[in-house]
Amino acid sequence: MALELNHVTKKFGEFTAVDNLSLAIGEGTMYGFLGANGAGKTTTFRMILGLLNTTQGRITWKGQPIDYGTSHTIGYLPEERGLYPKMKVEEQLIFLGELRGMKRSDAKAAIRKWLDRFEVPQYLNKKVEELSKGNQQKIQVIAALMHNPELVILDEPFSGLDPVNVEMLKGAVKDVRDQGATIVFSSHRMDHVEELCEQLSIVHKGQQIVEGSLRDVKRSFGRQNVRIRSDHDLTGLQSVPGVRNASYALNGAVFQVTDDETAHELLQEALKAGPVRHFSIEEPSLQDIFIAKVGNEHA
Amino acid sequence: MRDFWIIFKQAFMSKAKSKTFLITTAVVVAGIFLLANITTIIEAFDSGEEENTAIPVVTDNEALVDRLGQQLTAMGEETEFEVTGDSRDALEDQLKEGEINSFLILQVPGGDSIQAEYVSESSEMFGFPMMLQEALQSLQTEMRAAEMELAPEQAGALFEPVGFEQTAVTASGKTEEEMNQARILVYVLMFLIYFAVIMYSNMIAMEVATEKSSRVMEILISSVSPVKHMFAKVLGIGMLGLTQMLLFGLAGYLAIRSSSSVSDLSESFFSEMGLGDIAAGTIIYAILFFVLGYFLYAVLAALLGSLVSRTEDVTSLVTPLTMIIVVAFIIAAMGLSTPDAAFVTYSSYVPFFAPLVMFLRVGLLDLPWWEPALAIGLMVLTIAVLGWFGARVYKGGVLMYGPSRSLKDLKKALQLGKE
Repeated sequence: MALELNHVTKKFGEFTAVDNLSLAIGEGTMYGFLGANGAGKTTTFRMILGLLNTTQGRITWKGQPIDYGTSHTIGYLPEERGLYPKMKVEEQLIFLGELRGMKRSDAKAAIRKWLDRFEVPQYLNKKVEELSKGNQQKIQVIAALMHNPELVILDEPFSGLDPVNVEMLKGAVKDVRDQGATIVFSSHRMDHVEELCEQLSIVHKGQQIVEGSLRDVKRSFGRQNVRIRSDHDLTGLQSVPGVRNASYALNGAVFQVTDDETAHELLQEALKAGPVRHFSIEEPSLQDIFIAKVGNEHA
Repeated sequence: MRDFWIIFKQAFMSKAKSKTFLITTAVVVAGIFLLANITTIIEAFDSGEEENTAIPVVTDNEALVDRLGQQLTAMGEETEFEVTGDSRDALEDQLKEGEINSFLILQVPGGDSIQAEYVSESSEMFGFPMMLQEALQSLQTEMRAAEMELAPEQAGALFEPVGFEQTAVTASGKTEEEMNQARILVYVLMFLIYFAVIMYSNMIAMEVATEKSSRVMEILISSVSPVKHMFAKVLGIGMLGLTQMLLFGLAGYLAIRSSSSVSDLSESFFSEMGLGDIAAGTIIYAILFFVLGYFLYAVLAALLGSLVSRTEDVTSLVTPLTMIIVVAFIIAAMGLSTPDAAFVTYSSYVPFFAPLVMFLRVGLLDLPWWEPALAIGLMVLTIAVLGWFGARVYKGGVLMYGPSRSLKDLKKALQLGKE
């Protein structure tokens, strides 16, 4: 395992920000780190980066603790985006690249390559404050990736971007992964995590609630969604034993059930009311799992 | 170490290339050249005015007016008088109209005592009325002496000046003339130190706060340790300050040298500034005290800058720091006339005051070597302690966000720095 967190706890005085968190991330994989605001994601990232010490537990990268000696192999995109507003894009990226151990000439080449890739080569000599928020974010992502890091930590990489740019960044992140980098990223957007991550972890108020591969997480959740479309009234169906939750739309309903038996029963009941136009049993989305585990208020 | 120089270079270059820095430096350099040539400029303006300064005099004794003119010429003041028949009221009107600048009413009522009234637009003109009075006084004395029928020798004996020489036996061992020379140089340099320390320590606090508020800090400290970052920053801006001061110094030197009007004056200016043997030592001390003073305050400013999350809050946190420098300057300014006063002596050892007050004493007095050495030692020690303490606060401060406007956050930052 490339990155390992071993029973990591972080306390600020009385307050426990991260409680006994363990995870193991394989080299060249993408790991999703999910949690509501204040769940302890940023604190965990800061501990991984060595900005904060752990109260208990150990964090290792390839068997070694991370410190300023290894920081050249790490890329970091903080949640709060930050660049020097008055500095020009190129100067700024050269500065940040050099700090990550790049040679000036290599940094220059990398900057041109990345700006082309993100289709914004015209910003090379613009001041950062002149750029739109989305474009600033691209520059920030370049700063995190330009030095070909082995470990990339992305805190909310896709927030605040339009769908086209999200796709562009996703592509870039996947490429970096395919080149062998290990990537940890946090997000509120369950669909992104579902699409990109083999492994994930959900934390809530410092506690690790779910950990494992996407498939295992879904299977062990033990609930499925039954989707029924019908022109008839389906409101009575939520009294069928085994139905955990029901949500209604204009032309049908979705029921959350724990087993296949209940699903069949639902179908029988629905057919009693009239013809059914659509019936399916779906695996739960990460969104469902997150909401069920963390609670509605944070979704 | 490489990271250190990258940050150092960035701190230095981004400021050195900024418009603010270039403009400020250019303006001050231009100001220095202007100041060096100020006499030429003033003369150029003055010469136009002086053509028409014959002062109207209302008098009953025209001979006296001639003698007054001669007396003033003897005293080094070329003044023309013009006896006029206008009445006092008429002259006052002319004065109000701005046609004349002043007029004189000169009468000798009893034949031996002079009554004079000098009327001018404003009472600003200090020097001339005093000279006038002095000239009239000696004229009257002459008149009286003539009346008493004293022989010229007798009169001469009566007014023979006393032998008076001033010698100061102070700790400085410097003559009053030397003191005055040193005073000018020390004052100029003291002011520079004061200004530079305030300006550059504020710049540091602002820089750190900007990096924090723009959140670039988090990227920086994930690749460089906060302590390294802080010292690289302090050193980078310090180098910028030193560069600017040296530029000013060079400009001042060139300006005085090249200033055409004062080519003969420049010699006297240099000697007046004490740019002889005293000066070299004083300038070296000035640089030393600037560097030490800067570090002392810059480390504190960096610490304070790391506590705020918005640049707007910087000023309120840095104000107490600025107040300390102001107090130091006030003590030093009072010490200019009495450099050996007790309060000056004692405060010169306080590290926060030493950059100005000890510099003042070194510049004006002949101190035993250990006195400045002790103050410098204390300052270096304080800088080391503050650096150590500042680094700990900084480490936590840079990760702290939220409303922070008070020094209470110091404890919080220290706590976080340990985490």
